[in-house]
Amino acid sequence: MTTAPARAGHEPRRATRDLHEPIIGGVASGLARHLALPVLWIRVAFVVAAALGGLGIAFYAGLWLLLPAGEQFETAAPGLESASRGGRRPGRIRRLTDVGPIVVLAALGIGVVFTLEAIVGRGALLWPIAIGLVGIALLWRQADEAQRERWLDTTGRIDPARVILGDRGWASYARLAAGLGLIGLAVLVFALRSGSVSVALDVTFAAFAGVIGIGFVVGPWIFRLASELTDERAERVRTQERADVAAHLHDSVLQTLALIQKNPGDAATVARLARAQERDLRAWLYVGESTDERTVASALRGVSAEVEDAHGIPVDVVTVGDCDFGEGLRPVVAATREAVTNAAKHAGVPRVDVYAEITAGAVDVFVRDRGRGFDPAVTPEDRYGVRHSIIDRMQRHGGVGEIRSTVGEGTEVHLHLPRPADQEGNGE
Amino acid sequence: MIGVVIVDDHAMFRRGVRAELEAAGAGVVKVLAEAADVDEAVQAVAEHRPDVVLLDVHLPGGGGVEVMRKVASYPGAPTSRLPQFLALSVSDAAEDVIGTIRGGARGYVTKTISGPELISAIRRVADGDAVFSPRLAGFVLDAFAGTIEVAAIDEDLDRLTEREREVMRLIARGYAYKEVAKELFISIKTVETHMSSVLRKLQLSSRHELARWASDRRLL
Repeated sequence: MTTAPARAGHEPRRATRDLHEPIIGGVASGLARHLALPVLWIRVAFVVAAALGGLGIAFYAGLWLLLPAGEQFETAAPGLESASRGGRRPGRIRRLTDVGPIVVLAALGIGVVFTLEAIVGRGALLWPIAIGLVGIALLWRQADEAQRERWLDTTGRIDPARVILGDRGWASYARLAAGLGLIGLAVLVFALRSGSVSVALDVTFAAFAGVIGIGFVVGPWIFRLASELTDERAERVRTQERADVAAHLHDSVLQTLALIQKNPGDAATVARLARAQERDLRAWLYVGESTDERTVASALRGVSAEVEDAHGIPVDVVTVGDCDFGEGLRPVVAATREAVTNAAKHAGVPRVDVYAEITAGAVDVFVRDRGRGFDPAVTPEDRYGVRHSIIDRMQRHGGVGEIRSTVGEGTEVHLHLPRPADQEGNGE
Repeated sequence: MIGVVIVDDHAMFRRGVRAELEAAGAGVVKVLAEAADVDEAVQAVAEHRPDVVLLDVHLPGGGGVEVMRKVASYPGAPTSRLPQFLALSVSDAAEDVIGTIRGGARGYVTKTISGPELISAIRRVADGDAVFSPRLAGFVLDAFAGTIEVAAIDEDLDRLTEREREVMRLIARGYAYKEVAKELFISIKTVETHMSSVLRKLQLSSRHELARWASDRRLL
């Protein structure tokens, strides 16, 4: 399923927590993704392990602590990022159903505590530990939410309130208050074991005094660390942004502007340059679509872009599904190039549509134009393009090339190539 | 006469669309107002009661989705005569496009669309039909792909029928409605019915995959 990125680079794959829609801390779904197992299995395993002496809970907490939150710097295309920063894209919408898992978990947790009580007997430590665990989980969850907010933050400054409260929504306050309250309650329940309220209060106050004392001692260090981190981050972000934008502007836009200035009188050239630049900028800003030869869709976009540049006619490529691009699939891409070139050259229309559907079993490509069309039956023998490069080529490699054309209405070329067996399983 | 409000944060683009609509759509389409962000858009819609709102996907104040949400819940909004929304965007990011459709837009076209095509899209949307550009059809096929054998809770909403799939495929191949009808030997009305039902599925399906599909897609 997610094997492609592993092969793409030499970086080792790292397990991360999945913060898209976490139920508790996103550990299970992150782990499931890393191990390529169904998330249900992992969840069941955690629950079973939790029932067996609490190992699952310890393991979960350990992973929550150690695994980095997923996709911290998983970046979208620059245009999209900028739109997100500017609040021009829709944010996440919370629905009431999001609360469902939490309710279920709470019910389960209470059930577990009662079961344990029935088995182990009325252990005096059980309740405080259970309550404390829930409190800590809530606080950690809040830390995750706040962290997510910080990634979206562009000021680069670390605002102490923001570090703790994140987006300052009611949910943040609720989580924070509930978490602190539960921990306080746990301490209180623990202290109440002796039976005397005054002793319990003393113990609780002592505990809080201890916490506050530690806060005073460590506070200045944390504050200084945070401010240093802030400066460093701000500087790094600025440098990177400047470098990115400068490089991109220089590489593409300036080049194109220079070329346009050289050919001010040639409308066709100017239009072509503008179109190529538009495609380039759009891909860079919004889609991040590649045109290299890593996957079939990307290779198809690549050849279409080349034809676009060569003939100055927009080629719209729509792909459904994708798979790795191998030697076995080269014929269909080559035939596509031929078909698109033919359409661009002979159809006499301002636009060509390419549609590719890549399924587990085959690759289908349709190249369509609404141009003048021709009668395939009377194509002269010397028109090598059609006969040789498209139909014969597809047949040689076990595929089918089919041309439907009506004079005056346009032409559509359909290329069908079964996928080699060794490539199966990579498609999605 | 179809009343239109143009919502886009680029003044230059608004001016361009207005000029195009006034030139190519004289007598058919009337531009009532323009708006540059979510609040202005909600105001303009409440004030002018357009039939169709041309809505940019990326908009200051929470995006086009926010406009649709606020217009629907605007105090005193006439429930009987809410405008239809047509998303018009330069961003081809799948999650934004699908998100806007799920937010209530009746169609999606890219900003490179020609004037006459835009006017026919506006007309279609005003009549309550759906407008699918080839790219949106591709996204739809992608989103509903490969999970046919999965038994879901609400099966009808979670998959496309074979016919709907065929229609989507032809749209993705660049066929116009008329050509789709001819190719499949069905009437244009039937094509429109199929498109509306695909749109409904796209908006109502609670398929987990559909919500996550767009963001996961990047990782595959």
